[in-house]
Amino acid sequence: MSEILWILVIALLAGAANALIGSLLVLQRRVMLGDAISHSVLFGLVLAYLLSGSRDPLMMFGGAALIGLFSAWLTDLLHRLGRVQHDASIGVVFTFLFALGVILIAGHADQVDIDPDCVLHGELALTPFDTLHIGDTDIGPRAFWQLLGVTALLLLMLAVAYRPLHALTFSAVHAASLGISVALWNTVLAVMASLTAVASFDAVGAILVVAMMALPANTALVFARSLQQMLIGAVLASALAVLGGLALAAWLDASIAAAIVVAAGLLLALALALKAFLRRSSAAHRETPRSQSA
Amino acid sequence: MSAWDALFAFWRLDDPNVLWVTLGMALLGASSGLIGTFAVLEKRALLGDVLAHAALPGVTMAFFLFHTREPLVILLGAAAAGLLAWGLIDLLTRRARLRQDSALAIVLSLFFALGILQLTWLQRQPLANQAGLDKFLFGQAASLTDADLYLLGTVALGLILLTALLFDRLRLILFDRQHALALGVPVRRYELLLAAMLVCAVVIGLQLAGVVLMAALLLTPAATARLLSDRLRPMLFIAMTLGVLAGVTGANVSYLAPRMPTGPWMVVALSLFFIAALLLAPQRGLLPRALRQRSLRRRVEEENILRTLFKLHEETSVDTLWSQDDIRHHRPLGAARLNRILQRLHREGMLDGTPERMRLSAAGLKRATTLTRGHRLWETYLENRLGLSPERAHFAAEAAEHVLDEATCATIERELGRPSTDPHGRPIPERPDAAEAPSR
Amino acid sequence: MTPAPALSLRDLTVSYQETPVLWDVTLDLPTGCNIAIIGPNGAGKSSLLKAAMGFIPAAVGEARFFGEPLDRVRARVAYVPQRSEVDWDYPISVEETVMLGRYGGLRWWQRPGAADREEVARALEKVGMSDFARRQISQLSGGQQQRVFLARALAQGADLYLLDEPFAGVDMATERAIVALFNAIRARGGTVIAVHHDLSTVADYFDHVALINQRLIAAGPTETVYTLDNLRHTYGGRLGLLTDIGRRVTEAGLNDEALPPPPGNAA
Repeated sequence: MSEILWILVIALLAGAANALIGSLLVLQRRVMLGDAISHSVLFGLVLAYLLSGSRDPLMMFGGAALIGLFSAWLTDLLHRLGRVQHDASIGVVFTFLFALGVILIAGHADQVDIDPDCVLHGELALTPFDTLHIGDTDIGPRAFWQLLGVTALLLLMLAVAYRPLHALTFSAVHAASLGISVALWNTVLAVMASLTAVASFDAVGAILVVAMMALPANTALVFARSLQQMLIGAVLASALAVLGGLALAAWLDASIAAAIVVAAGLLLALALALKAFLRRSSAAHRETPRSQSA
Repeated sequence: MSAWDALFAFWRLDDPNVLWVTLGMALLGASSGLIGTFAVLEKRALLGDVLAHAALPGVTMAFFLFHTREPLVILLGAAAAGLLAWGLIDLLTRRARLRQDSALAIVLSLFFALGILQLTWLQRQPLANQAGLDKFLFGQAASLTDADLYLLGTVALGLILLTALLFDRLRLILFDRQHALALGVPVRRYELLLAAMLVCAVVIGLQLAGVVLMAALLLTPAATARLLSDRLRPMLFIAMTLGVLAGVTGANVSYLAPRMPTGPWMVVALSLFFIAALLLAPQRGLLPRALRQRSLRRRVEEENILRTLFKLHEETSVDTLWSQDDIRHHRPLGAARLNRILQRLHREGMLDGTPERMRLSAAGLKRATTLTRGHRLWETYLENRLGLSPERAHFAAEAAEHVLDEATCATIERELGRPSTDPHGRPIPERPDAAEAPSR
Repeated sequence: MTPAPALSLRDLTVSYQETPVLWDVTLDLPTGCNIAIIGPNGAGKSSLLKAAMGFIPAAVGEARFFGEPLDRVRARVAYVPQRSEVDWDYPISVEETVMLGRYGGLRWWQRPGAADREEVARALEKVGMSDFARRQISQLSGGQQQRVFLARALAQGADLYLLDEPFAGVDMATERAIVALFNAIRARGGTVIAVHHDLSTVADYFDHVALINQRLIAAGPTETVYTLDNLRHTYGGRLGLLTDIGRRVTEAGLNDEALPPPPGNAA
């Protein structure tokens, strides 16, 4: 498969995975958790690298995902036990872990070739070259398999546990009154958010993770009438953003990940404008007969 | 050169570059600690994070338009982008009715992506001296020039001065927005001003600390100060002091180990202050909270034993000596635990005799009388006024007796018309200093 | 043998971030009645329901439903939160909202079947919202929103309904519909426990009341308990001292594990 096709497929998968988990987080008003997880991941990557002494993908993935989950857990703990404002605990935790990551890199600069720059905005263009092998056969880019796995896991979660998640995102209190374990499903969501962030992140960077969690989900929310519609709409919006972003990046010869975010932003602006227009025209429509009858 | 020599060299400040960097980081820490506190109190702790990311396209745009790296121009560009971002958040939450956290995430990532887009585009253009723009991502304290420092100092001092000047108004708005509106204070204008000040604080820190860590400089000192104080003035003072300390620490570390970056060490220092405050803060700290709980539990245990002994004495005389088994007959307690409590009471001089055979001392008798008086008065009050059964009233009084002071007891006594017995028919003791009661 | 009370609270004490909300409430509420929980603002009425449901932790004490812990009889208990506590911007239709009430009876991978959909339609009809089934909840008026939530509780098929201020901000037609619904529930042996604000309608709408002001003041049939004297106790009078001591006890942390277990016999 050609490089550009791989990039397209990887970007589409990253968009879809982030759109799915992002929709649930947006409805729960917890989307900044994505910001916290994706920034903390740098520390996890460096730590896994230094401990294992290699860039073994499994170690790196596991280390990053664990630290991502750890930051979500720490945030929750600070909020509950330390009685720190929820958003403040998010900020304190992720900046601390990020700073530790940068320091570790600086201290072991001769051994670590992780570029914090790349962590922030990723390098999608390079993902096709980091491939996995079974024996001697090249089975395609690592990012592709990671994202495919996570997307499949997300779809499985939604297929199997749609109802508890639906009830939970609508109202945690009502879910609890039905006997649905709020703590369990919130943990599941944090785990999935962490896995998604890590899988997307070395392809597309921390900022794209946050953007692709928040932007398509909110675009879909403008028109969605049900959770199902919102999930599908968010995936579609992310696909449109990916296509638009690739075109934009090719035209400007600039970072693909950043271009995808900009395209996703334009899409949201378009959706909001369309809604405002529809509301105004329907209001005007209602206005006319009344003035005639008067 | 040994580490100690290096430390002395740092503190002699004879290297002008060290002096500049240290001064710069300290000023930055002070101003961001100050302004960040307002953001945290506005319940928008992550706003600094968002505005720091959002400044990036301003930096790149200013460079693109004016082809210069003159700090003033670049910073004005960053400030414009920051204000634009603030306006967009406002628009998205108020007009488009997006959720607050969604709006923050969207503006953060969108603006940052615009910046990256332009940065990567610029890097491919044949323009001179665009290199180094990306230092705004991670910050580079070491490259600070006199001109940078001059600007930084002016803005930081300006922010501090402005805060001092407007302190009363800002406090009013933070404390009670509705009330401020009712008083006719132009709240929106002040909120915009606060946002502008936040943008300024972000912007001067960008090239020293970088985008992500700038968020920490704004947030962490404020969150720490919040743990240490409930009042605005001390909070601002604490946040500023911590910012300065962290700035000096960061500069110090990167002087001793030149490949260590200043900004991240500053953040680590701030985070350690935060952790220390979380554990040790006098009111809200986890450790003092646990200790208070423990000492309260001990006091309750002791007072319960005192009251039990009082009752035993009441049944006979104050001279009778009682054994531990007598006490445990009335208060089901483990032997070891009771022993520990009795030892404490002995040390405090509340008991006479040996740990095996004991009675209340004069001081112990006085305290036990006060406790029993509170307990029985409260029981009577509850039965009288709420119709609680004597058993239920007793359990309620078990808790209340430890917090009743003499003034409250006197009030209850007045309200009930000086009752002489409690619902169980037992006498209610007089105030101990007026008491001629159980005399030896 | 008399049936177990619908809700019984033992020594329920709740404190919320250092401030006491409820202190030492012991209360049995019978089945087959419409019960109002009455008290001034901040008296802990909502907290009583929430602590009973386990949404907020009780410092001391326990709640039993039909004589059992909640987990054993969860299907028989429906809870309707205050309207202001719900995310009305959530993308969901009226029909789907009511369907959420059926989720408790499903394993988490099961899909709702024809029987569930029938139950939803019936619940919507009972509250007079059948015509709005496809409408988005964000487009409803306050009264309609409240009806949808009642329908959701009805769809649960519970025997006991806990409602937090069901009459707050609804129109007269909805208020009458809700009362008719309460009476229908009672007629088939069900129980309603509602936090209520409007003192003037208590006697018309409810046959039992519990008067609360951080403590239980009185509870029982409306005609015997709902007296001027009790109301004075609940809403003012000499309760300043009680509240004050209650606050001090909680501030000192005495509601937590500081207190030893109550001794078997009175000291």
